[in-house]
Amino acid sequence: MKVGLFVTCLVDLVRPSVGFATLKLLEEAGCEVVVPETQTCCGQPGYNSGAREVAMDLARKVLAEFRDCDYVVAPSGSCSGQVKAHYVEDLFHDSPERPEFEKLAAKWYELSDFLVNVLKVESVPRKFASPVTYHDSCSGLRELGVKMQPRYLLQMAGAPIHEMAECEKCCGFGGTFSVKLGDIATRMAANKVANARASGAKAIVGGDLGCLLNIEGRLRREGDLETQVLHFAEVLAGGSDDDQGERRPPQINADKRR
Amino acid sequence: MQVTSMFFKKTASMKLDDPVLQESLRKFKGKFVDARARAVAEVDAWETVRSHAARLRDHAIENLDAYLVEFERNATRRGATVHWAETAEEACEIVVGIAKANGVRKVTKSKSMVSEEINLNERLEAVGVQVVETDLGEYILQLANEPPSHIVAPAVHKTKEQVADLFVAAHHKPRLTDIAAMTREAREALREHFLTADMGISGSNFVIAETGTTLTVTNEGNADLVTTVPRIHCVITGIEKVIPTLEDFATLIRLLPRSATGQSIANYLTLTTGVKAPGETDGPEQMHIVLVDAGRTKFVGTDMQAMLRCIRCGACMNHCPVYQNVGGHAYGWVYPGPMGSVLTPTYVGIENAGDLPNAATFCGECAVVCPVKIPLPDLMRKLREKQFDRKLRPWGERLGLAAWSYAARRPSLYAALTKFAARFAAFLGGKERLIHRLPGLDGWTKGRDMPAPEGRTFRELYGERQRRKASSADERR
Ligand code: SF4
Repeated sequence: MKVGLFVTCLVDLVRPSVGFATLKLLEEAGCEVVVPETQTCCGQPGYNSGAREVAMDLARKVLAEFRDCDYVVAPSGSCSGQVKAHYVEDLFHDSPERPEFEKLAAKWYELSDFLVNVLKVESVPRKFASPVTYHDSCSGLRELGVKMQPRYLLQMAGAPIHEMAECEKCCGFGGTFSVKLGDIATRMAANKVANARASGAKAIVGGDLGCLLNIEGRLRREGDLETQVLHFAEVLAGGSDDDQGERRPPQINADKRR
Repeated sequence: MQVTSMFFKKTASMKLDDPVLQESLRKFKGKFVDARARAVAEVDAWETVRSHAARLRDHAIENLDAYLVEFERNATRRGATVHWAETAEEACEIVVGIAKANGVRKVTKSKSMVSEEINLNERLEAVGVQVVETDLGEYILQLANEPPSHIVAPAVHKTKEQVADLFVAAHHKPRLTDIAAMTREAREALREHFLTADMGISGSNFVIAETGTTLTVTNEGNADLVTTVPRIHCVITGIEKVIPTLEDFATLIRLLPRSATGQSIANYLTLTTGVKAPGETDGPEQMHIVLVDAGRTKFVGTDMQAMLRCIRCGACMNHCPVYQNVGGHAYGWVYPGPMGSVLTPTYVGIENAGDLPNAATFCGECAVVCPVKIPLPDLMRKLREKQFDRKLRPWGERLGLAAWSYAARRPSLYAALTKFAARFAAFLGGKERLIHRLPGLDGWTKGRDMPAPEGRTFRELYGERQRRKASSADERR
């Protein structure tokens, strides 16, 4: 089974270890993984900023890059929602290209959904003993129905799940929203952080790097240097490839904090 | 109401720092949300009812002309007079005209968002008519001289203490802080107005074509007194409120109170059809129904048409994380929250409501709860597309978007740029691996750190891994 890995632009740029963790999960489950070299972005930032043409161009690019894969997997509910919901239902809604995009959507999976519902994995490479709390990212939850899948996998890793209040509430990331309306985004992140900390978990886990950066950014600004913020792939497979060192926690001198 | 939506961003930031408002919002936050969840769970086939309601609203909108004419015919037959107002201005003129022609000195009003849209109170007061809002929330706001901040709970931004002060000033009685006692005091004050008003003005949640009926859904019963006691009843409502039949009303009323306040049914459903008939003991002598367009037909036949399905339940704002944190006034016009972010730019012009389509993370909660399945985030995105096409966003944002668009379509350039960016940002992150300030991204770094990139892109690392694999395979061979 040939599985295309859609790395996502954020993972590529900011946290490659999530990409390698994903790779490891897929390869250990027996997939032949290909990573098309020319991939950049699913187009969502442009799409949600009103730049429809660019979004369509990038959608065609994604389509071409993964044409000969049996499946495509992305460690992101947000990019997956863009492909599975918005390419078909909006961008190419009444276009002759629609059938192609329907095919792409049908073989495209968010990572946890793929592991649980397609590969039906029964074990994961790593144990993780600290209690975690799971933040349901909006697109994965509401566009794709990703809810139990990551929790199921976390339990497989042995991680006790301490649910936080309002785990389905948006963390305030929202792509460019997080910068354009930074004050509101910050307040939403602060609410999320407060709920997560109240849960008593040692790690906040999610399935979308955008949300995780937003949450971690607020957490660190508030001076919390202990709580880890991790993609579930990192929890399940470790934050490293054989080439990579374990992801270090930030080294911060607490006195220096504003 | 003056439109200040252009300043959404600034006002919202101020609202975030307003401790009194934040306290009110905190109290309000879970209330309607939890109640709605419980009320929705009572209905076996909630999703089916929603779909049916969406279809029936679509059908009504698609045949707006026919149903409105049918409504006019049936309402007229029952002795009502139907007026058509294309603009807010015309609507005000009609109502003022009715008041003048009948020597009206005092008007009691039940809640009407359309009257807020068109500034009706001001216009009536300008010709010497006293206007008394009788919905408790609206009454409070009239005393405070403030606009509503929510379409169902208009005074939700006010604390009990603020209301107590307003009541002392208005009623000249000892200060009360028990809500039931305060409500009683307000009722007593209103009672006299109910009995002495010459005209009652109400909105209408729906207008029913087959019977010529208008109706209000309330919890306080004030609309009954507004619509039946004065000699003249004037209804002011949007043309999109029309539905074909009473049966359709039965469907929609299963959704409306549940979505709005989490009640299975509201305390009062007041259906009014025509004037007092011969032999009847109560009801108005004259009934005027003003059907207001004021921008509504601008939606018809466009990709925004689904918005006209709206039944004004407020669920979208109750669930919206942005509304929950900044409240309704930041939105700068009558309609706040996600529905406002769609309605306002279309009613008042997208150039006057710049920030609103962007006041959303597209978390999708509004679309999930909307009882008539309006795809609010999709509609906001369409407005963003219009802003993009008309170059209405700030130049910095457009430049960034253009640069990104250029690079994302050119893989080698993109690879080079991200390779550099990953290194540079990792350098900025230093030992802490956190960026505290990033020029151009102050929107982010003002309240949050930016976790620094690891330093090399996945693309680079993966390329190396593949090359290593290939060479070790060569060696083995
Ligand atoms: S848009 Fe939907 S949820 Fe919002 S007020 Fe209208 S009907 Fe209610």
